[in-house]
Parts: sequence; structure tokens; C-alpha cells
Amino acid sequence: MKRYIASLALLSMVSTGLLAGVAHAAPTAENDVWASLKQMHFGDRPIARGAGVIGLEAPVRAEDAAIVPISIKDLLPADGKRRIDKLWLVIDNNPVPMSAIFDFTPLAGRADIATRVRVDAYTTMRAIARTDDGKLYMATRYVKASGGCSAPASKDPDAARANLGEMRLKTGEQTATLGEIRDVQLMLRHPNHTGLQMNQLTRLYVPAHFVRKIAIDYAGDSVLSVNTTFSLSEDPSLRFSFKPRAPGELSVRVVDNRQMRFAESLQIEPMTAQMTTP
Amino acid sequence: MKLPKSISWAVLAGVMLTSQVTVAERRAFKVSEIAPGVFVHQGRIEPMSAGNLGDIANIGFIVGERCVAVIDTGGSPQVGVALRSAVEARTDNPVCYVINTHAHPDHVLGNIAFTDHDAAFIAHEDYAQALGARMQIYLDRFSALYGQSLSADVIVPPDRTVAATATLDLGDRVLKLTALPTGHTNTDLIVFDVQTATLWTGDTLFVRHIPVLDGSIKSWLAVMQRLRDIPARRAVPGHGPASVPWPQALNAQRGYLNTVAEGVREVIDRGGTIEEAIDTVGYQASNQWLLFDEYHRRNVTAAFVELEWE
Repeated sequence: MKRYIASLALLSMVSTGLLAGVAHAAPTAENDVWASLKQMHFGDRPIARGAGVIGLEAPVRAEDAAIVPISIKDLLPADGKRRIDKLWLVIDNNPVPMSAIFDFTPLAGRADIATRVRVDAYTTMRAIARTDDGKLYMATRYVKASGGCSAPASKDPDAARANLGEMRLKTGEQTATLGEIRDVQLMLRHPNHTGLQMNQLTRLYVPAHFVRKIAIDYAGDSVLSVNTTFSLSEDPSLRFSFKPRAPGELSVRVVDNRQMRFAESLQIEPMTAQMTTP
Repeated sequence: MKLPKSISWAVLAGVMLTSQVTVAERRAFKVSEIAPGVFVHQGRIEPMSAGNLGDIANIGFIVGERCVAVIDTGGSPQVGVALRSAVEARTDNPVCYVINTHAHPDHVLGNIAFTDHDAAFIAHEDYAQALGARMQIYLDRFSALYGQSLSADVIVPPDRTVAATATLDLGDRVLKLTALPTGHTNTDLIVFDVQTATLWTGDTLFVRHIPVLDGSIKSWLAVMQRLRDIPARRAVPGHGPASVPWPQALNAQRGYLNTVAEGVREVIDRGGTIEEAIDTVGYQASNQWLLFDEYHRRNVTAAFVELEWE
């Protein structure tokens, strides 16, 4: 009988004109999302256009809504007069729009971030920067992609389970000229499950399991800390910069919503020491 | 699991009445007998759309003395119904097996058309998990594309799964099924008809249609190496011509996947970004494949996030 009733649902083929309207939220609705987010996080503080301070790059049309590469660029002049000390990444139409918050210390050198995100519906994406004089600036991009947050967790769930927690820190070379900005890529094997993926056969949701916090230190001092959500893609990747002032260890600590902890570190040798090695 | 006959026909009647497939179009649903008793309907080399109703994959059936095995059912209930009509036009033998080569919508959304037969549905052991997890997305896309909503009930779970190999007897005709390691997807299942040495590759082989990566590029290349040893006379690729020479038909796909893998590795090795790889890798192959613009960048994206862990 149950099957019979369910089968009848197949008969109820409906025009999706209405559904289409819901799926691709009208611009006004999207502005409402931003208006309330803005009020919640920034109150009545003015947010200036990002030109010359902060840039956001994202594809116009994403090939895979579960893996949308984006990069946030620090556009301030390198004269050190002002620096960006905080960044917010907002994806208006994702289930949790406030996708990541980055706190930078001067050790970061530059507030450049590249990562990959899930995009659940056609959406405006925003990078909001705070400079150390307290001013706010915003860069926006519109991205056509949909289904990223409810998309299947993995191309190969068995492999994903086996690899959970594996971490890599990639930098061009393990030597550094002190005082020069280095780029580093952090990679973590983690499903970053949204909790929004229902298996239609079992009717069960894959429980939420996602990275909450990433702390990156160098020689004992904070470089960057990130508060994040499942808007980051499976196997989160984060490219960031740091400016080593002395030899030391770059260390990363990650904690997820189940209080699982992961850590990795990389010894950075100053260039001069490397050159004296036979 | 099977529907009572009358109900299923009511369902199918509903499909037919509301569908955009006219009687004339159903007559135009062609199958060709590429080897004795092996019938293939060649899907169009197009993305799924309202215009083609998901008729984009190669699907078909093999007729034995006792019964029939259907291999994949197309990208909508309407295509499944058309395939069923084609089976009934060619033989009075009942359908005893419906084999799904992997859990992609263009190969399985016609399954519902065969549920009132006493057919056993057969798929890879990970098929139910994979399809279940993705089905809502597929149904949503179906609605958006076709202007029809489909019940989740069109997912027909397998009655029998294959973890390694299985043999099916259609009556004086044996099919050998092999579940493959992750390649095109993590649910790839191939079918070998012993009598005619015909290999149904599912989407582990694309011909002319650009290969689409939804599994593992590294493992897919390894799987293809293994497929090469199968002593088939011909193959039915998941997309492309109905019948292709074996194993030569593997070459173009292997070339493309190697080009993508090597190009992506080169970008990774010099510390390049995923965006650089997407913008630069593999474009030399663009005029060799149909639908290159639709799938190539996505393939590079998938290859990059896999290979950066090497």
C-alpha cells in the first residue's frame, strides 16, 4: 500500500514554473538575506567598496557546485601603513551564509586566502575586510552554481572514511628568506559533511561533520585563525601567506564539530642556514 | 518490491499521458541488433534536456532462450517505456534481469518501466548508497530540466548486488558481470555476453562524447588497463556509437585521461593553483571530443582535487 501511494506521486507531475522561482531566488530576496546578515554582524557601520583594499575572484559559472575555487586578494599597498586584520566570507544563499571568518596577525604578511567552497544556489558571494584602523570594505561576485551543500558528500565515501584526518602543508621549498612573504597550502582530508544530505533509499541524513576552527601558528605565535562551516568543500584546502621573521615551525591545529582534533607542522629553515649545508 | 501489474500500468499511463513523447517519437525509438540477440539503442550525444528527455545514454537488451536482460534504462521513465516497447517488439520472452551499469540518472531513471515484470534489478554493491545519496539532486535537476517532477519512487533499489563477479543465465546464454574498482564512478559494473563476445562497458568507456570523471582518474586509467585484456570482439560504450571495435576503442579515452592527469600533475608540481589548472590543462584535446565545453573544466577540477594528494 505504501508503495502504491508513493507510486501515485509519480502521476502528480506538476509544472515547475513555481519551483523554478523558488530555486533561483529573486534579487530582492537575496538582498534581504544580506540586509539581515549585515545588521547581525556589522550593525550600522558603513561598508565601503573594496577597490584598492580587497578583491574577490570566483568563476561566473561553477563547473562543480561542491568544489568552487575562490580567492580573496589583499590589495592594500605593501607600505605597511594599513593592514587587513579580519576577513569575512559570505555566501548569501547557502544554508549558513557566514561561511568563514579569518583573523590575521602581522605575521601573515598579507591577507590573501584561496579556498574551495560549496555553493547551494545561484548566489552573491562577499568578502568583507576590516583594516586595522577599523574600517570595513567589501568585494562581491555573483556565482552561478547550485546544489553544492546538498550534493553527495564524496565521489568515493569508502576512500574518504579511510583517509579522515590526513593533513598536508605544502610550500614551494622548506627554506625561507627571512622577512619575505611565503605562500602555503594547507590540505585536510575531512568529509566536511553538511548534515543536509539525505539518502533517499535509507531516508537517513548523513550527520553533520565539519571543520569548525583552524589555528595556524609560526614559531609559537599566531599567524591566522579561521572559524568556518560546511561551506568549505570536502577535503578543505586553504592557501594563505605568512612572513617568517626567524627559523621556526609552522603548525596547524584543526578542530571539528565532533571535537575531533588534527595537527600538522612543518619546519621552516632560513635560506642562509640552508646554503651553508653541504 | 514489485508493483502489482495494474498499478504499475496506471503509473506508466500517467507517464505517457503527461509526457512530451508522442506516439510518432516512440516509433522513432530505434534499436539495432549489433550482434545476434544483442540490441542497442544509441543515445544522443547531448546533455540531458527537455528536448531529449534524458535519451542520451546507450541502453539495450540481450535476448536468451528463456528470458531477456535489460542493460540500463535511460534518463527518464519515458525512455524506459520506449525501451520496454522495443523489447516487446523483438521477443515474447520476459525480462528477467535489469542491470544498471552505474548510479547515474541518464542510465537508471527508466527503471520504473520494468518494475511490473518479475525482473531482478542488479547493480554494483555500492550502487544503492551512491544513488540514494544523490537522488534528490537528480530529481531536482530532472524537474528543472523537464518541467515535470518525479517521485523518489523512481529509484528502484537493486534486488541483487555484485561485489566482485556474477554470472546470469538467460537460457543457453551466459552473461558475466564484473564490479570494477572506482573509475568513472564508484559503482561501475560491466557485462560480458559470452555467446557473441560483446562487452557492455557502461560509462567506463566513452567514445566521441568527452569522458566524464565522477570517480577517480588514477584508478580509471588502471581499470582501463585491466579492461584491455577482456577478449571481446566489440564493445557497447556508455556514450557514443552503439558498437565499437575492441580494444582499440579504449585508446582515445586513455589519451584524454592521461593528458588531463599529466597536465594537472605538472601544475601541482610547480605549486600552481586549481584555477590555473582549470584554465590551462588539456585544451589541445578540445576538437577531438563532443561536449568538451560542457565537461572538460569539471574533469580538470575533479582530477586536481584527487591528484594533489599524491
